[in-house]
Amino acid sequence: MGIRFVLMVNKQGQTRLAQYYEYLTLEERRALEGEIVRKCLARNEQQCSFVEHRTYKIVYRRYASLFFLVGVDNEEVSRAHTFTIMCPNELAILEFIHLLVETMDRHFGNVCELDIMFHLEKAHFMLEEMVMNGCIVETSKANILAPIQLMDKAS
Amino acid sequence: MGSQGGFGQSKEFLDLVKSIGEARSKSEEDRIVLHEIEMLKRRINEPDIPKRKMKEYIIRLVYIEMLGHDASFGYIHAVKMTHDDSLLLKRTGYLAVTLFLNEDHDLIILIVNTIQKDLKSDNYLVVCAALNAVCKLINEETIPAVIQQVVELLGHPKEGVRKKAVMALHSFYQRSPSSVNHLVSSFQKKLCDNDPGVMGATLFPLYDLITIDVNLYKDLVVSFVNILKQVAERRLPKSYDYHQTPAPFIQMEYYWIHDYVATSTFKIKLLKILALLGSGDKRSSEHMYTVIGDIMRKSDTTSNIGNAILYECICCISSIQSSPKLLETAADAIAKFLKSDSHNLKYMGIDALGRLIRLSPEIAEQHQLAVIDCLEDPDDTLKRKTFELLYKMTKSSNVEVIVDRMIDYMISINDSHYKTETASRCVELAEQFAPSNHWFIQTMNKVFQHAGDLVNPKVAHNLMRLIAEGFGEDDDTADSQLRSSAVESYLQIVDQPKLPSAFLQVICWVLGEYGTADGKYSASYISGKLCDAAEAHSDDDIVKVKKKEKRTKISKVLKTRLVNPQAMLVLGAQQTTASYARAYAVTALMKVYSFEKAAGRKFNLLPECQSLLEELSASHSSDLQQRAYEFQAILDLDANAIENIMPLDASCEDIERESRAYRPAIVVIPGDKVKAFDPLPHTLRCSSPPIKQRRCSNRSNSSRNKAIDKSLSFLDSYVHKSLEEGAEPYIPEHERSGTLSISNMGNQNQYDTSSHSLRFEAYEVPKPVIPIGIPAPISYPTELVPLPEPSYQRDVQPIASLGPVSDAGSTGLKLRLDGVQKKWGKPTYSSAASSSTSNSDSHRTTVSGATQPDTVVSKSRESSSYDSSSRRQPHVEVSEEKQKLAASLFGGTSSRSEKKQSGGTAAGGGGHSKVSRVSNHTEEKVRPTTTVVQPPPPDLLDLAEPTGTMSSSSSVIDPFKQLEGLLDMSEDGITATPSNGPDLMSLYSENGQNLNQNTILNEKDDPSSENTTKRTASLTKGPSLKDALNKDALVRQMGVNPTSQNPNLFSDLLG
Repeated sequence: MGIRFVLMVNKQGQTRLAQYYEYLTLEERRALEGEIVRKCLARNEQQCSFVEHRTYKIVYRRYASLFFLVGVDNEEVSRAHTFTIMCPNELAILEFIHLLVETMDRHFGNVCELDIMFHLEKAHFMLEEMVMNGCIVETSKANILAPIQLMDKAS
Repeated sequence: MGSQGGFGQSKEFLDLVKSIGEARSKSEEDRIVLHEIEMLKRRINEPDIPKRKMKEYIIRLVYIEMLGHDASFGYIHAVKMTHDDSLLLKRTGYLAVTLFLNEDHDLIILIVNTIQKDLKSDNYLVVCAALNAVCKLINEETIPAVIQQVVELLGHPKEGVRKKAVMALHSFYQRSPSSVNHLVSSFQKKLCDNDPGVMGATLFPLYDLITIDVNLYKDLVVSFVNILKQVAERRLPKSYDYHQTPAPFIQMEYYWIHDYVATSTFKIKLLKILALLGSGDKRSSEHMYTVIGDIMRKSDTTSNIGNAILYECICCISSIQSSPKLLETAADAIAKFLKSDSHNLKYMGIDALGRLIRLSPEIAEQHQLAVIDCLEDPDDTLKRKTFELLYKMTKSSNVEVIVDRMIDYMISINDSHYKTETASRCVELAEQFAPSNHWFIQTMNKVFQHAGDLVNPKVAHNLMRLIAEGFGEDDDTADSQLRSSAVESYLQIVDQPKLPSAFLQVICWVLGEYGTADGKYSASYISGKLCDAAEAHSDDDIVKVKKKEKRTKISKVLKTRLVNPQAMLVLGAQQTTASYARAYAVTALMKVYSFEKAAGRKFNLLPECQSLLEELSASHSSDLQQRAYEFQAILDLDANAIENIMPLDASCEDIERESRAYRPAIVVIPGDKVKAFDPLPHTLRCSSPPIKQRRCSNRSNSSRNKAIDKSLSFLDSYVHKSLEEGAEPYIPEHERSGTLSISNMGNQNQYDTSSHSLRFEAYEVPKPVIPIGIPAPISYPTELVPLPEPSYQRDVQPIASLGPVSDAGSTGLKLRLDGVQKKWGKPTYSSAASSSTSNSDSHRTTVSGATQPDTVVSKSRESSSYDSSSRRQPHVEVSEEKQKLAASLFGGTSSRSEKKQSGGTAAGGGGHSKVSRVSNHTEEKVRPTTTVVQPPPPDLLDLAEPTGTMSSSSSVIDPFKQLEGLLDMSEDGITATPSNGPDLMSLYSENGQNLNQNTILNEKDDPSSENTTKRTASLTKGPSLKDALNKDALVRQMGVNPTSQNPNLFSDLLG
């Protein structure tokens, strides 16, 4: 179903944000995160930013200490799925990750790992504006941040 | 500093985040979280918790779950928070609920009401929050409760709401397509929404709808093409004609037309839809040519997103009915990808090549060296992708090279998932394209040896079947040669210590059936090997199964033989097969000795065989026990009887039987109830073998006519008598409760369901009655049944007399396959083609033809040593090796001289001209690629600074020191001097709510100016030292210190 999860994980493999667009139990998430983080962290800069894992294809990008991992359908494997949701290609996902980081940067100003930790819910809100049902629905930074700024003002 | 100053959180929360941030290990983190859980469990249920405090608790719950611990004790509080009036709290509540609960959770029922209320709210942000929740939490059953409201929201004045409403309906569609069937037209209407965002969102449900039935939406092709054209030209018209209804796109001066990412995402979505619509439809496709060509020409190949569009164009081109010109453009784009230094682009290039290769196979040749570079790249992702490409372009001319490579790769990886996948691909390719049977068997051996238990059991089954039946038709000599070579290779392999059980099964079966068939090996030699194998693998046995529970289950299962399919599933197929290691060996031994005895030769049971038998007779496993007793019983029979029950070369009968699992028959035991149990299953092949029927059809047919008595009427009087004496009547299997219908077992069995497993029609055919008669006396010697002698004799004799088959006597060891019609591969491999006079053809014929046996045998030796390097010839230059590989993969002939790769010559008469062209190609190409590889690859894609600078500098230089100098200059100052720290701390603590608010507001006053400067800062992406230091100062108040545990926490992500 398009994007299946968005993860932010630091160099030590600690999860900083996790959003799943399909339901997985706690154990499944734990196992999945452990496996893919291990896979991704083991790779070097030259290798490509994509890793296949089971029914997922993970597109990842590293910003300073933080890895942004986006799991999408692995078309080759999941062709049998009932729903073939439009899934952006890998390069577009890389661009999406960059957009997410830029948006957070605009909001937090020189965003760092700690910003996300202190404002976990805001990072989630931004993601909520950008992705629904595993589909990228918003790509304008202004539009993404508008509701969050309004909320800040109101409270 | 906008939100930056808003650490509106309590010290507790900050401490938690700090300690999590500084945790050095997972266990430390776990300790912190467990402590947090303990505390929250106490705190969260206290009465009158202030709302802001509660929000913080909820966020802490989110942390707990995110870090992998259960926070279900607090779910209810998250649910309650969704009821709150404050938007921030409500949204936080919704967020937490969507993170915690799945759509079927019991608590959802408490939220549906709130959602309904919120969807009606005047505040559009509340509506948006509710719609977010709708997407994740409303399941099929609750859709009716909200769908009406969501549909109404499609007309909401705010575009954000309309967009989310569309997505909510999309999620309904995913959960229950029928629920939104009546709304298809609304989706189409939303396509002309005057907000491009809404329009873009509509493409998602439309895409789904189009995938289901393309034909309903063909009329939209022109519209989509027009939209795409306009997006490509970065303008949308004043009005846009949609189904003759002018759909006004009035205020078109939207941000997104200038927003490159937005337009690009839009293009990608439209291209995907066009790819669907144009697939297999020439007329629709023609509309698209120009616009796709335009986009490809204009796309910016220096940016990520530009390449994303380019790639999508290639996908589209490969899906629609393309024009040659477009294909050419696509091929050029692929060339650019493959030549790039970026691994990402190479990956996309390989993927695109895999798509396009279907339409124009020749383009692979142009890129052969690039493909081989990718194949040999250490990057596993790229390598795997390349194997996928090779898999797609496999044909009979290159199957040997590709499968060899795949097997090497399979050996090198550890991930069992991909090992399985690669193994099954090897098997699939081998089954489809195998140039010879011998090669097939050797390949299967390798696959089994290295991926053993990961291989689908049906593969083992097919292999046995192949060896048994060979190519059937009329050539017994070829078959027997095949068997001999199989026996030979297995005799070498069987000594290896760790063999996967599926493979062991094949080995034992082949050795048992054919070990002595050609007379080359003595029975004692074969049986010695088998005993060793049984010995070596005895620890795989049932006894080893770890859980006692399982062991009893297994033995119960085996004892009753009325196998409940579910029980089998529970036990797991692997365990069950593993436990058969020794069983296979015993059965094989039994065959070897019975053949000996039947042939009237003298033999002595080997001492180790004897001891094995004794051991197994006392085994805990009743299955092993039974086999051992059967063996002993058979040894006591006279030669004639053995010949009847174990006809030579009855081939697949017992494979078939094993695959059929357990099928009970009726045996009446004197003085007892009428019982149902299994006929002696594994060993006695009494059914009429299909092969024999085929070979001597007239005789066996006539015998069948005579022999078969479906109703087993000869037992009637006996059964009747028993019943009169008070025995329980036999209940037909399907009427029995408790035990699931056993005959279904066969159907559930994977052998039967698989599409490419072999078909066994024989079981359904009524058998001669022996299975009913014979098993009882042997497996239950104490309960001898009076044998229905006459019928038994009459039935079996004719069949048995067919036993000594002519091919058993054939002695030739070499594989002669000429004239044998190939089961696999292209027809060019059949002997008819060998008459072709073309060079390459005649050369190839020698490979598979009659003059080849020596090479084949030596090849088998070589490959059985499994040294991958030995298989490749040493080369002087790397490029030369590559060239050869390229030639063998892509149909070149530079490797002519090599026997190994001779199979790579292009099939078909056209081979010649192609060949010379290709080899030229390769020579030209070698130089450039090698030079290209040399320079260190600058990563085109990664705009972001990697890591090093920021993190390392912050760890070395204490920003705080720099801060001291800066602070004087900074106007807003934040009063962040260390001495002030404790005071400020109190501001943030619980009782300082008001002050806290104030500080936020104060800082809110100038966010606009701050923001703009920040924006420029983020545009230049240079680290703004002042901002960073301010933040550091603030955070330091909370006691988080950048020089302490985890300096990385402070490094700017976009630094």
